[in-house]
Amino acid sequence: MELLSNAPSGPIESRWERHRFDMKLVNPANKRKYRVIVVGTGLAGGAGAATLGELGYNVLSFCYQDSPRRAHSIAAQGGINAAKNYQNDGDSVFRLFYDTVKGGDFRSRESNVYRLAQVSVDIIDQCVAQGVPFAREYGGLLANRSFGGAQVSRTFYARGQTGQQLLLGAYQALSRQIEAGSVKMRPRTEMLDVIVVDGVARGVVTRDLVSGKVEAHLADAVVLATGGYGNVFFLSTNAKGCNATAIWRAHRRGALFANPCYTQIHPTCIPPSGDYQSKLTLMSESLRNDGRVWVPKNADDCDKDPSAIAEKDRDYYLERIYPSFGNLVPRDIASRRAKMVCDEGRGVGPKVDGVRRGVYLDFRDAIKRLGQKVVAERYGNLFDMYERITGDNPYKAPMRIYPATHYTMGGLWVDYNLMSNVPGLFVAGEANFSDHGANRLGASALMQGLADGYYVLPYVLGNYLAQAKLEKVDDSHAEVKKTVKEVEARVAKLIASDGKRTPDSFHRELGNLIWENCGMARKKSDLESAIKRIPELREEFESNLLITGGGEELNQTLEKAGRIADFMELGELMCMDALARDESSGCHFREEHITAEGEAKRDDEHFMHVAAWEYTGDASKPTLHKEPLNYEFVKPSTRSYK
Amino acid sequence: MSKPMRITLNVWRQTGPKDPGQFERHELTDVDEHMSFLEMLDVLNEKLLGEGKDPIAFDHDCREGICGMCGIVINGRPHGPREATTTCQLHMRTFSDGDEITIEPWRANAFPVVKDLVVDRTSFDRVVQAGGYVSVRAGSPGDANEIPIPKKDADAAMDAAQCIGCGACVAACPNASAALFVGAKVSHLGLLPQGQAERFDRVRKMVAQMDLEGFGHCTNHFECMAACPKEISVDFIARMNRDMLSAMVKEKDTVPGRKPR
Repeated sequence: MELLSNAPSGPIESRWERHRFDMKLVNPANKRKYRVIVVGTGLAGGAGAATLGELGYNVLSFCYQDSPRRAHSIAAQGGINAAKNYQNDGDSVFRLFYDTVKGGDFRSRESNVYRLAQVSVDIIDQCVAQGVPFAREYGGLLANRSFGGAQVSRTFYARGQTGQQLLLGAYQALSRQIEAGSVKMRPRTEMLDVIVVDGVARGVVTRDLVSGKVEAHLADAVVLATGGYGNVFFLSTNAKGCNATAIWRAHRRGALFANPCYTQIHPTCIPPSGDYQSKLTLMSESLRNDGRVWVPKNADDCDKDPSAIAEKDRDYYLERIYPSFGNLVPRDIASRRAKMVCDEGRGVGPKVDGVRRGVYLDFRDAIKRLGQKVVAERYGNLFDMYERITGDNPYKAPMRIYPATHYTMGGLWVDYNLMSNVPGLFVAGEANFSDHGANRLGASALMQGLADGYYVLPYVLGNYLAQAKLEKVDDSHAEVKKTVKEVEARVAKLIASDGKRTPDSFHRELGNLIWENCGMARKKSDLESAIKRIPELREEFESNLLITGGGEELNQTLEKAGRIADFMELGELMCMDALARDESSGCHFREEHITAEGEAKRDDEHFMHVAAWEYTGDASKPTLHKEPLNYEFVKPSTRSYK
Repeated sequence: MSKPMRITLNVWRQTGPKDPGQFERHELTDVDEHMSFLEMLDVLNEKLLGEGKDPIAFDHDCREGICGMCGIVINGRPHGPREATTTCQLHMRTFSDGDEITIEPWRANAFPVVKDLVVDRTSFDRVVQAGGYVSVRAGSPGDANEIPIPKKDADAAMDAAQCIGCGACVAACPNASAALFVGAKVSHLGLLPQGQAERFDRVRKMVAQMDLEGFGHCTNHFECMAACPKEISVDFIARMNRDMLSAMVKEKDTVPGRKPR
């Protein structure tokens, strides 16, 4: 299979503009004749459904939560990047493009990234017009802050709740379309399969989570904006309901899964406190602007009260190793360094399995320099959140932080038009693989979600619909009936399980297996053992699962079990991808490939490609396809943040 | 690890909207003080599942206090005893060894019970659909810095915009009024220059829908503010009432809103 990116050529600055002109348009009067399904109501899905509805398409939108306003984009704290250069500090579209390509360690597509940087400026205009209350300076203009991986201040924010405010903007735009009748919203409904007719995506099969009813919905195009798959790890910063079922089921219907091993581990999360831990909470990376990361120089000091450790006995290791970026190095580097100092025995906090897993994030100097009031204004809600969770007051004692799974750069393979290799199946936001390469920079997820939703989907869908020759398909079509039957059988099989182990206990075991073997540092032998162990665990899941209750009611145990079944297969693919990618790049850190300075060592000669996996009918035997990557505008170099 | 706590729970169980429902008693003997309240329920649910019983249904998602999906009345208080805290952010260190805790769903006519502690809050969505937005399409706006907004206005708008739509205000109100929820949205948008064009139309439509959904009237008990995990001020209710009065003076015709589902 040849993977065509369909990215335009020529000068990068005008690619998107020329492409937009080359795309076909749908006559305004014809738009309502097309039905588009959008699954997920986060920044990409919510903004996409609202914008498509506004244009006049007939949109059907689904989310598993009780309201579209709850999608997990809401939890993003720090901010959204845009190349506005309001600070006059040297930013530009090209610089944001450059930083993103470099931050992704040269494993993303240049054309996509440039488009992202270009439309970033429009996003801010749109959000302000919607009434998003971004932070402002006293003169009334928009405020900015800096973020990891950048040397300019280009991040717009709304206190520590930027994701919430952007999502509410999209939710309100979506609500307006629901009122107008152009979008039909189905909350508490989970997508369980894609309907593919003659190789083209023509609809989805859903289950109503309250009544249990399984239904087919048909359309002219399907958009999956269902987020990432970080919950494979069980413990992650994702919401409990976040799952990979939509994209995994699409994968099983033929969509290629790209770079599954690229999972971002966020450096600043609250460490776990016990074996009942259900999720990990992220503390915004913006904290690294004013907080200083350190551990004791001597392992003997690790159980001391931090205030009793003298300045000369503290190791501000990020400032020491990376003098020019200091505490603001990209996430993958900050995470790995935290793991290394803890592995050396210099971690702090309680011992979990014999090791102290935590480093200090200290605001003492910032409070001295700026005063508590300014620090509270910048980070007050984050400090309060930390205090609620841990019982410690970060104004008085340093925070303890440790890395946790946060974001997945991998996802379904898409071309420049955000279309997967299955015609009519579009994938937006975190669910696709396209813009962040091997590592995502902070404040870029919100940017990508809204770029896809407000500015890319409306064009590329029009182009597809204007050209697609689609035959009429209804519920009586054999493929539709077959897909519904398969979903019903899958649900019935789960309900019939009468084993001994709860879904959560399987999920914890799987998560731990992936975290230990395919987490912050990976090596061949570990990956091979995980690839051997996962199918065994899957087999046990099939035969020894414990579920109570029926399928025709709200059954949260059943929902979980269905999602875990898909994580079990995806987890194996992540390990296989990590094994096949015999290099280190970005977040993917193979212990066999390290530079003399302990950084990731890429192998551009053999691995400058997107690894896109095809499902073959056996989850353990996927076929690998490669899309080569070319760098015409940013010369690949070894990332240096020193 | 700290000393395990013994906790007795009286949990509301209800199979569906038509079931009258009843309390069910459960004992937990090894609760860790660092557990969140929902993690304590997870432990109980694992235990119930192991005994072949139906776990307790409760809504939750982000578990970091922002999505607004969780919400349980704990010992008579929505989201429990800690101020400015959602149920998911409440930790067991707030309670003591030997405590007996009663947990119930939000109770309001506009929030029918779906199952156990899960309620249907789509009435909130319909109130927003009635007018809780600025009508702007992608592509139209001018530059974001074209209209400077005084910092204090932007900050006040943000104070109102923080609402997570959990519904604790309704659950806390003796009248099950949604005035704080609606007041917060009306004020968020009404405080910003971008929200002016539709300001009075918006308040009329949202208030009309709120009434249609069966939420009660505000009679200034201020229980909503005490329960609000984001500490949204009742000043925004006053602001909504002022805007509503202006709207009625400006235009006499009423907007009927739509029927609840």
